[in-house]
Amino acid sequence: MKLELKGITKRFGSLVANDHIDVVVEPGQIHCLLGENGAGKSTLMNVLYGLYEPTEGEILIDDKPVSFRGPGDAMAAGIGMVHQHFMLVPVFTVAENVALGAETTKAGGFLNLDDTRRKIKEISDRYGFDVDPDALIEDLPVGVQQRVEIIKALVRDAKVLILDEPTAVLTPQDTDELLDIMRQLKSHGTSIVFISHKLREVKAVSDTITVIRRGKVVGTASPEASTTELASMMVGRAVSLTLDKAPATPQETTFEVKDLTVIAPSGQHVVDGISFDIARGEILAVAGVQGNGQTELTEAILGLQDRVHGSILLDGEELLGRSVKDVLKAGVGFVPEDRSVDGLIGTFSIAENLILDRYDQEPFAKGISMSPAKVLENAKTRIDEFDVRTPSGSLAAGTLSGGNQQKVVMARELSRPLRLFIASQPTRGVDVGSIEFLHKRIVAERDHGTPVMIVSTELDEVIELADRIAVLYKGRLVGIVPAGTGRDVLGLMMAGLPPEDANPDTKTPAAAAAAPAPAAQPAQETSSGAVGEHHD
Amino acid sequence: MSTTATSPQPGQPQPAPSETPTAAGQRTAVTAKPVTWKVPVTLGVLGVVAFIFFGLMGPHQTAKFGISTGSDFFQLPALEVNAFIGGIVLSVLMLALAAYSVVLKTRDRKAPGWVPVLFIVLFVAAFLIWVVGGARTTNISLAGLIAGSVTLAVPLVFGSLSGVLCERVGVVNIAIEGQLLGGAFTAAIIATLTHNPFLGLLAAAVAGALVSMVLALFSIKYVVNQIIVGVVLNVLVSGVTGFLFSTVMQADKDKFNSPAHLDPITIPILGDIPLIGPILFKQSLIGYLMYIAVIVVWVGLFKTKWGLRVRAVGEHPQAADTMGIKVNATRFWNVTLGGAIAGIGGSFFTLVAIDSFTKEISGGRGFIALAALIFGRWNPIGAFFAALLFGFADNLQSIVTIIGTPVPSQFMAMLPYLVTVLAVAGLVGRSRPPAASGIPYVKG
Repeated sequence: MKLELKGITKRFGSLVANDHIDVVVEPGQIHCLLGENGAGKSTLMNVLYGLYEPTEGEILIDDKPVSFRGPGDAMAAGIGMVHQHFMLVPVFTVAENVALGAETTKAGGFLNLDDTRRKIKEISDRYGFDVDPDALIEDLPVGVQQRVEIIKALVRDAKVLILDEPTAVLTPQDTDELLDIMRQLKSHGTSIVFISHKLREVKAVSDTITVIRRGKVVGTASPEASTTELASMMVGRAVSLTLDKAPATPQETTFEVKDLTVIAPSGQHVVDGISFDIARGEILAVAGVQGNGQTELTEAILGLQDRVHGSILLDGEELLGRSVKDVLKAGVGFVPEDRSVDGLIGTFSIAENLILDRYDQEPFAKGISMSPAKVLENAKTRIDEFDVRTPSGSLAAGTLSGGNQQKVVMARELSRPLRLFIASQPTRGVDVGSIEFLHKRIVAERDHGTPVMIVSTELDEVIELADRIAVLYKGRLVGIVPAGTGRDVLGLMMAGLPPEDANPDTKTPAAAAAAPAPAAQPAQETSSGAVGEHHD
Repeated sequence: MSTTATSPQPGQPQPAPSETPTAAGQRTAVTAKPVTWKVPVTLGVLGVVAFIFFGLMGPHQTAKFGISTGSDFFQLPALEVNAFIGGIVLSVLMLALAAYSVVLKTRDRKAPGWVPVLFIVLFVAAFLIWVVGGARTTNISLAGLIAGSVTLAVPLVFGSLSGVLCERVGVVNIAIEGQLLGGAFTAAIIATLTHNPFLGLLAAAVAGALVSMVLALFSIKYVVNQIIVGVVLNVLVSGVTGFLFSTVMQADKDKFNSPAHLDPITIPILGDIPLIGPILFKQSLIGYLMYIAVIVVWVGLFKTKWGLRVRAVGEHPQAADTMGIKVNATRFWNVTLGGAIAGIGGSFFTLVAIDSFTKEISGGRGFIALAALIFGRWNPIGAFFAALLFGFADNLQSIVTIIGTPVPSQFMAMLPYLVTVLAVAGLVGRSRPPAASGIPYVKG
């Protein structure tokens, strides 16, 4: 089936999300849409899938124009979509989710789930998915949930499968498996539209690459193109993908976490007996797949978690049990993982957001009165210093782009003398240009002599920033390894394998002989582990 | 049904039981404790209360519980219990259960679900014996008590089914009270005008559906806060029916407010079985419809294509939408259907239970129905039994007031509400409503 998008334009009010986009997906091809977050890739796919109606333009299937009034029409035309945030009902079984919307019934409208189970098994066997039709979705690891999504599309005879940022929630090993599945699907004749901003993956599987920037197609590329070439097409200017940072010069150790355990309301130990320390002038990066205790770890340090035991020492003083305000006063700077929820108040002005943690202190306040002039003055300095692109500091923070919002959060946290700096997902959803800038600021803070802790689910970011790397898996510390540890080793550790097993170099000969194919092991580990959560 | 609020996840590591966190001096170690003292302490306190009041201070008369009625086709002897001995024995059993849960707690294990359930049964039995044994008339009909409970539960069951249908599809229905009241009023006036109770029943369903359609329209199409629309609808229906009652119905009662009734239909032989006969086989049309509705809604929700789609819309509307299901249309029609069911429940007041319509005839039962649906965990069958429990509490208080107990009647009148609060707050535990309940679905 040949799919063609012709001059698709989608406007939301005055915002043009897609501007006359032309894409042709040839049968049996993996066609990649490459672009930064917010470039308009997802909007385009939602138009194709019938979720949005295009303002202009048309969709052609085998050269015949079609119009979709809803996802039902798109599915009937042979288009399937795996959304970035899975569209699965967590309390339903796999079979119920697959059946939904395309149920086979017995007389009287009674569900015939046996028929669905049979179809799931068929597809599962054909592609080696190993999915239990009667498992509840909420009990399944993210990688398996994604397979359920693919099964959903295949059960409906999808000829074109859209995968929207499918690797965002996966471990590197899960990602490799997904790329394999994509190649298999392609060999069975299914075309795939692969949406991503991760150059490595794009280069690995694509047949054709269309690059989208600010809602427009800026060109096509072949997968042989170099990463720098693709990156500069994506961003629109030359970017350096590697950070030039001087080696760390760690001084004395001032931050220490001992046997930290955090218990969730469910009774689960989401952080389980973690110990580590960070020296001044050093960056410790915490790696791991989303939902393995990173959020709780950072929140526990800040004092946002209730059921915590263990010990957190900063400059020899216990932080645990103190109020958040006390912890901030002790010199902890904290960039939360979700800026729009925890980092900013969208309806407050940029200037106000820049003093959220010091609104009651000199020079911004005296007694019960605040001094707006000082607040604005402070905003001017920070906006200049952090290159926040905004006409005025009195605009609402919510009107800024993701990258600029993140700069505001970072500016606030870095604008007072720190004894510890924690940044969670410091560049999530931020354009490549801003990433460069934010990374430089983090390194500058390190060189200033602050212990820095970075939490990131993006392995590239971890590798780029870290002086040491700690890997979390299911709330436990798998190990701490030096910077320069290979991507494969880190990937295996993220799936729960201890560093001595993950690293082929450190293996004793006996152990190496006992496990000749280390790559086969983590694959299973991953599919049974990695409890992830959807993130926005 | 599990009856405790906090429970450790099976298989989760459990920390040492000894430490309890105190406010001061625990800066470094705040111990988590998945097994709480809540259940053992509650049971222990209630057990001691029962032992003192129902046992030691209990009356010395003999309480008689009639099981058969004169019309039954075979007779069972009445239960006779010396109130003092009965109170002692039952409260000792309760204390034993409390002790058992304490022992389990010290071993860091959670009391199994049957412990509190059995405790409640014992407590209710001891309470009954104490009340009846201390009354002027020490003789009540257990059959009458149970049959009366079902009668009082009928509107609650319909109301909670309406709630189940709405919440399962993602709309919170606070307007159950208004739907019951609207149904009661319409049934009364139509059954009077047409002299046909069946038309009254039908009209009640339509009235309930219309109230629901307003809720659906505002909460789905115009995305108004569902709770607010619901509350406003209750006030509106109450006002409109109250106004029409005093201006129209009161003016000419014979012409407007003496509805033809739906009489009980007795199924031969089966209807004469002691205890269960009157409940299951000696009901009005609405009573039978109730049983049918519970089963149909349950089967519909959990076994059919329609139910799968409904539940998907209530849990994850985006997922349903991407599978080509029309989310808001499904919501609209389900809410309407729920209203029709509540309307039928409302007609029970005027077509079966009472001769005519009076102001506020539903008397807040729509809210109790809401509690029943939560207590029943958004499941039609659970809601049915929860409604029965509330009906039982309601009936108990009226019977007990009649036979003349030492307890002031005002306290007895609190009983249904007390049971509601305890049931919803304490016993239901951490149950999970449909994930999208109360959240409007807006595309894009």
